[in-house]
Amino acid sequence: MRAQFVLSEISVGLRRNLTMTFAVIISVALSLALFGGSLLMREQVSTMKGFWYDKVNVSIFLCNKNDAESDPNCAKGAVTADQKSEIKTDLEKMPVVDQVAFETADEAYKHYKEQFGDSPLADSLTPDQMQESFRVKLKDPEKYEVIKTAFSARPGVQAVEDQSEVLDSLFNLLNVMSLAALFLMALMLLVALMLIVNTVRVSAFSRRRETGIMRLVGASSFYIQMPFIMEAAIAGLIGGGLACVLLVSGKYFVVNNWLAQQISLINFIGWDAVLTKLPLVLAVGLLMPALAAFFALRKYLKV
Amino acid sequence: MIRFDNVSKTYPKQTRPALRDVSLEIEKGEFVFLVGSSGSGKSTFLRLLLREERASHGAVHVLGKDLGRLSNWKVPQMRRQLGTVFQDFRLLPNKTVGENVAFALEVIGKPRGQIRKTVPEVLDLVGLGGKDDRMPGELSGGEQQRVAIARAFVNRPMLLIADEPTGNLDPQTSVGIMKLLDRINRTGTTVVMATHDQQIVDQMRKRVIELEKGRLVRDQSRGVYGYQH
Repeated sequence: MRAQFVLSEISVGLRRNLTMTFAVIISVALSLALFGGSLLMREQVSTMKGFWYDKVNVSIFLCNKNDAESDPNCAKGAVTADQKSEIKTDLEKMPVVDQVAFETADEAYKHYKEQFGDSPLADSLTPDQMQESFRVKLKDPEKYEVIKTAFSARPGVQAVEDQSEVLDSLFNLLNVMSLAALFLMALMLLVALMLIVNTVRVSAFSRRRETGIMRLVGASSFYIQMPFIMEAAIAGLIGGGLACVLLVSGKYFVVNNWLAQQISLINFIGWDAVLTKLPLVLAVGLLMPALAAFFALRKYLKV
Repeated sequence: MIRFDNVSKTYPKQTRPALRDVSLEIEKGEFVFLVGSSGSGKSTFLRLLLREERASHGAVHVLGKDLGRLSNWKVPQMRRQLGTVFQDFRLLPNKTVGENVAFALEVIGKPRGQIRKTVPEVLDLVGLGGKDDRMPGELSGGEQQRVAIARAFVNRPMLLIADEPTGNLDPQTSVGIMKLLDRINRTGTTVVMATHDQQIVDQMRKRVIELEKGRLVRDQSRGVYGYQH
């Protein structure tokens, strides 16, 4: 196998079908970017799930003295020390409960400050405006309803909030988005593959003289097919490279420089998650077009 | 060298066979003309030799191999021992004469040094010495066919298959090409040539095999083109 000969055949082939090659590169790049994006979105969901489900499942917010007028649940005034200890012992008795933590108003204030920083709203708050709450961790996050029925009507309880319920809708949204990305990816990939098949057909036709002679003088079918497969593989690899650039810049510009600034409660996937996807994206970018070309050749190139 | 045992070939979707029950043997070093009108099965005969097609019935042996049993991946190896020349030359128009001949060696992975040495030699042999750098378009038809013969012969094949090599050439040029093929034949290479050129066949007085509607109707040593012409 003479490398120089093969390389020159490939570069001639790529240039001959420049527009086609471009179309292949772009469609491969888009489909693989969507592929990587959907993988990352799944990973984001599972990181977030782990993060949030680990922290807290259900919050029981207790009445403070300010709520007495505004909230009918707290019409009897602020929660008393007896009510609090009763709730706590009852909670700890329940089999679904894993851990119970009590958050004082001061702590709530501190957390709030941490989350919202120096915004004017945070400045106007004082610790005694914050609510005390029980943070309940469940053995099974799905059993939230049990806590809600048991405690929401209790005196001194303002509200029982299942945070996982809020999160679940977010997770669902993300899952739907990643499925949508996968679906789009499948479509784009189909487009890419059809383009590759067509490119191979055109270039097999335009090179039929060469390939015919190669066949006659006894070039091996591998040798004859190589330039076509390499062409597709190189275009695919360039597309895969572009997809990697898209993913990295997506992580940098969208996640790090925008989303992470806007939403501080979520910890987003790190660089390692992105970087570990890149080899996969490149490998798919290289192999899929090469395989498509290989199968197209069986149809369009007699060997 | 070549043996056909009761060979028939029917192409898919066709009822009339292109070759019917052809049996013959061609020895090493022979020069054989294959004659017959268009559609008589000459091309099919040659395609079977090249293993472009497989026989529907019977066995085709070329260079000691049963082509029907030869697996696909071994076919290129087999074709390297054959040389092929066509009516339309089949040269690459964007490569020089030298590159066209070298192409045949490059694609079977011959080392560069050997190519550089062999190509001028074989061009000399076909009478095109020093024309390595010309483009095929600059050459006459006869010269282009010589390039094609050089390419076919550069591997020193045991068998040279020529499909109407003089079909596009004037009589005088054709004589030159025939002299060249005769010279190649004298080096020990078996030559099988399909042709419509009565004059050439009658002049050369070589073995003539005539096909008609797929049947072998005449096999004559030192034969002529046909009785009725």
